[in-house]
Amino acid sequence: MYGGGNVFEATKFDDLQTEDPAKLEEFEARIARGEKIEPTDWMPELYRKQLIRMIEQHAHSEIIGALPEGTWITRAPGFRRKMAQMAKVQDEVGHAQLLYSAAETLGKSREQMLTDLINGKSKYSNVFNYPAYTWADSNIISWLIDAGAIVNQLANAKGSYGPYSRALERICAEEAFHLKYGHDAVVHMATGSPKQREMIQAALNRWWPPIMTFFGPSDKMSTHTETLMRWKVKMATNDECRQQFLDMYVPKIWELGLTVPDPNLKKNMETGQWDYTEPDWDEFKRVINGDGPCNAERLAVRRTAEERGAWVRRALLNPKAKYVRPLA
Amino acid sequence: MNELAIKDLLYKLADDQLILGHRNSEWTGFGPILEEDIAFSSMAQDKIGHSLAFYTLLQELGEADPDTVAFTRNANQFHNNQLVELPNGEYDFSLIRHFLYDNAEIIRFEMLSQSSYEPIAKVATKLKGEVKYHVLHANTWIKNLGSSTEEAILRLQSSLNEALPYALAMFENSKYEQELIDAGVYSGEDAVKAEWLKRIQTVIEKTDLKLPDLATIEPKFGGRYGKHTEHLQPLLDEMAEVFKIDPTAEW
Repeated sequence: MYGGGNVFEATKFDDLQTEDPAKLEEFEARIARGEKIEPTDWMPELYRKQLIRMIEQHAHSEIIGALPEGTWITRAPGFRRKMAQMAKVQDEVGHAQLLYSAAETLGKSREQMLTDLINGKSKYSNVFNYPAYTWADSNIISWLIDAGAIVNQLANAKGSYGPYSRALERICAEEAFHLKYGHDAVVHMATGSPKQREMIQAALNRWWPPIMTFFGPSDKMSTHTETLMRWKVKMATNDECRQQFLDMYVPKIWELGLTVPDPNLKKNMETGQWDYTEPDWDEFKRVINGDGPCNAERLAVRRTAEERGAWVRRALLNPKAKYVRPLA
Repeated sequence: MNELAIKDLLYKLADDQLILGHRNSEWTGFGPILEEDIAFSSMAQDKIGHSLAFYTLLQELGEADPDTVAFTRNANQFHNNQLVELPNGEYDFSLIRHFLYDNAEIIRFEMLSQSSYEPIAKVATKLKGEVKYHVLHANTWIKNLGSSTEEAILRLQSSLNEALPYALAMFENSKYEQELIDAGVYSGEDAVKAEWLKRIQTVIEKTDLKLPDLATIEPKFGGRYGKHTEHLQPLLDEMAEVFKIDPTAEW
């Protein structure tokens, strides 16, 4: 579950002058023709760096995103939800596995990426630094955060890097089920008992501000952004994704009799765009830089998992280990 | 056939799988490698699904619906063995428990698929194919890690020693044991245990692990009769936390 947004901010625009002009021209022509770039193909350093950064952040978002919802696996009410919640969160971990593999094709190992995550060097989607207080919060994540992720990922699936684009196609197919599951759970809450309605509205109120920042701040239309869009690394602007999300989901939220906690939210008939209260981007930056309600907890969990599992990885890499094929 | 005997057997099967499934699911997001995270989650889904199948058979015999049975009973009404309710601990303990439990479960399923009691035979036949993969997973990892680093071998050995008193109590006889055997429902827990011992020995012999002398181990009996460790009630409270907000609601 990844909404993009905070990917490109901190990278310096490397000087493309150092690249071989003929190769660069051929590379750009291939992308313009709609060809996919594969791991062994020539690519500019900037392209490689940005993709590693983007896929890595996406993978981290899946694995950290499994935590707020994972908490509710053991509390899910009834067999139907318990089994679906397990399968859903397992999918997210599976997405991480797929994405780490895609990033590895560009030359950075999974172990190194996980180390950078734990050290705070690599980022992940900012929304997961907010807590899932109740079962209803988990339902809102399954529906609306997954919905946002699909908007971003469907766009990126058309990107130019073959392994990422193929991984995203598979991921989107699974996320489409998550969306149905999340919507179904929210419908049950919104049409259920007064207590359930109150729970789901409260969860929506808590999650709306993070949801509005999910796609990141408006893009600075720099040469940098232009280049990345020409190379089909970035496929849509943050604002385009946000508008598309609002178009698709605000009516569905209203349809359930729920309210969105933003008095300024309405579709502007003149511009065809949604007007809304500008999200608190200072808070967004503060949380990205580590000062959110759950940053420390999320990384601590990941760090503990890595430390506790280190002996298993050492054992697997041990040359004495007798590898046994799983077939009887 | 004595219906009480069948119900007792079904509760035992269902409760074991619900509780172990729940424990396995706690690995989601915390595995030592992503692949194991995913594997434990898969097995958790299978186990919870298996428990649902057996609770559904119980419902057909007049017991309450599966959600009510699973989410509203107290610990002393559960018939699972104590091994499955113990906390996950480190990965070595979870792996050893998985190995010891699933190697027994597959034998029970193989026997039950031949059962004279048709509803159980049908379910067991359908599900044993899934348990087969759980056993393959456990045996593969025990063989790999059990002959790797000194650290891994030490960890697994100590978890094996710790888990065995509980594992041996998986075969605690029910008060209907002889009746079930006589009626051809299955060959009973002593028969399961004898076959289990052979199978786990075969795997352990291929590693640097040692199976302690089982005659010297006192099994932790009681689980089949509602006697549990202090770990089960908190697990059940957590499981029912949302459900109990409104047990009549549709979630």
